[in-house]
Amino acid sequence: MRTLYTVFTKEVLDNFRDRRTLVSALVMGPLFGPMLFAFVINLSIERSLSAADETMTLAVIGQEHAPNLVRYVESRNISIVDGPADRDAAVAAVKAGTHDVVLLIPEAFGEQLREGTPAKVEVFADQANRQAERDARRARSALHGYSQELAAIRLLARGVSPVVMRPINVDDVDVSTPSGRSAILLGMMSYFFIFALLMGGMYLAIDTTAGERERGSLEPLLALPVTRDQLILGKIAATCVFMAVSLMLSLWSFFVALKFMPLEQLGMTPNFGPGVVLAAFLVLAPFILLGAAVMTLVASFTKSYKEAQTWLSIVLVAPTLPILIVSILTLRPRLEFMFVPSLSQHLILVDMVKNEPIDSLHVAISVASTLAIGALLTLICARLYRREGLLG
Amino acid sequence: MITVDDIHKSFGKVHAVRGVSFAAPDGKITGLLGPNGAGKSTTLRVLYTVLKPDQGTASIDGIDVVSDGLEARQRIGALPHGAGLYPHLTARENIAYYATLCGIDSGRIDERVDSIVELLEIDDFADRRTKGFSHGQRTKVALARALVHDPQNVILDEPSSGLDVMATRSLRELILKLKDDGRCVLFSSHVMQEVAALCDDIVIIANGRVAIDDSADGIRNRTGCDDLEDAFVAAIETVDLE
Repeated sequence: MRTLYTVFTKEVLDNFRDRRTLVSALVMGPLFGPMLFAFVINLSIERSLSAADETMTLAVIGQEHAPNLVRYVESRNISIVDGPADRDAAVAAVKAGTHDVVLLIPEAFGEQLREGTPAKVEVFADQANRQAERDARRARSALHGYSQELAAIRLLARGVSPVVMRPINVDDVDVSTPSGRSAILLGMMSYFFIFALLMGGMYLAIDTTAGERERGSLEPLLALPVTRDQLILGKIAATCVFMAVSLMLSLWSFFVALKFMPLEQLGMTPNFGPGVVLAAFLVLAPFILLGAAVMTLVASFTKSYKEAQTWLSIVLVAPTLPILIVSILTLRPRLEFMFVPSLSQHLILVDMVKNEPIDSLHVAISVASTLAIGALLTLICARLYRREGLLG
Repeated sequence: MITVDDIHKSFGKVHAVRGVSFAAPDGKITGLLGPNGAGKSTTLRVLYTVLKPDQGTASIDGIDVVSDGLEARQRIGALPHGAGLYPHLTARENIAYYATLCGIDSGRIDERVDSIVELLEIDDFADRRTKGFSHGQRTKVALARALVHDPQNVILDEPSSGLDVMATRSLRELILKLKDDGRCVLFSSHVMQEVAALCDDIVIIANGRVAIDDSADGIRNRTGCDDLEDAFVAAIETVDLE
């Protein structure tokens, strides 16, 4: 036990003096997440605010064929400009991006309207372009509004109430709470925490294995009258401490950063007070042992410091995989997901931030399974540390 | 007291050590001499228990290195070839780390480190971080670290390689001092003159086998060469012919 403690304190001191380790543990990891997050949030606020209020421009071919329609569209905060010469030019312009949306009103529009046959107009837009698609939707909804109005007038002229046109009245009710809405964006933050956590111990994991071998300090260490188990456990313990500090810092820096983000403008009020910070730490804490063991394990297989760095940057990204899959498939938290490390922490964290009730069974399974996998990996680390090939 | 009895060690297809036997008694300096790749380091690594022999036995003060590695290591101060220090720790901290790991009482560590710092004359840079130390300084600190628990047996793998004249001299003085303390000193080298000047017994290894095990004079007599270097070459050739 004394050996373990000696190794632990030495590794903490040694790495605390190493600027690179310190920067990645205390600065890079904890600050990277909140900064990227603030950037993304601000960008999406800017876009969503601008989209509704700003006047959009719509290029129209053949304005003269439908002056009333044009006036109606203009009343919807859409400014009309002259479009390209003809249909082919319109297609080319949309493809080239000179116009996002082009409306074509054929010569026959007025006549078809008079005769009461459906009058044809064409809207050109690139549906793969999200900004253009938004404008196209606005143009289409304006046209649809005009069409509805004409229909109502026609029905009234025949003495029919326009209400017959609405056999069903669909009313959308948004039941998401402001906290719930924030979860969509805040869902990505759980990965930042895991990233910061891993980042905090990465250089330690390398230094205590591949680094020690490359430096030539491993062989004399192994020649000391101590058991290898105690050496490796002390090293993993030191890695855990750096990871824990890094995680704690990143949680607090998020807490601070959220205060400076205008989230209310997006209709979000994330539940992320000091209490949640502590609860989140406890939920993520079991991942520390797993992270430290995985990183030590991977690093101990590599031949050099450089090689270890390469492999560990893959380990940094690996925890996103389950989170990504579940996010893309938009799956709800399920019991079996709680057995998957990183995914279980993510799902519990999202529910916390949404201020939804947390299933304590889920938390128990998440903690227990993550700890069990971490312990197993630590055991494997210790086993591998006993092999002769360790010296390379 | 170190005894080695017919040890073998292979790495994959490479049969690095093929039956090495010798004894290194207390109060004497035993030199393990041989060309590069002869199996010197592998033999020493078996002795300080980081490698296990495929066959044969070795013991430190009668303690088997395989079955009781921990106890054997307690009696060994080992300086592996190219041993590295922790660059962010001072020389003193490097030594104290090993002292603690070796189980020296925490109350006695400072005292013990002080005396070993004095013995190796490293006062001047003992409180500096070891990053940027010269090769000579690093070797001295590594040696101090290996001796901090006052081991009866000292195993040094090519301790003088890369050292300048002055550093080699002080290393030689230290090795003699260890001998006078009654310790068993075993060191390897590929430099004939160094071994001849220092060792009571010389074990010449070539191709993973012991070519000859005798005193410097004995080797001269048996090979019929007056010059030790010629004797060395002659001894190695007898193994190569087999």
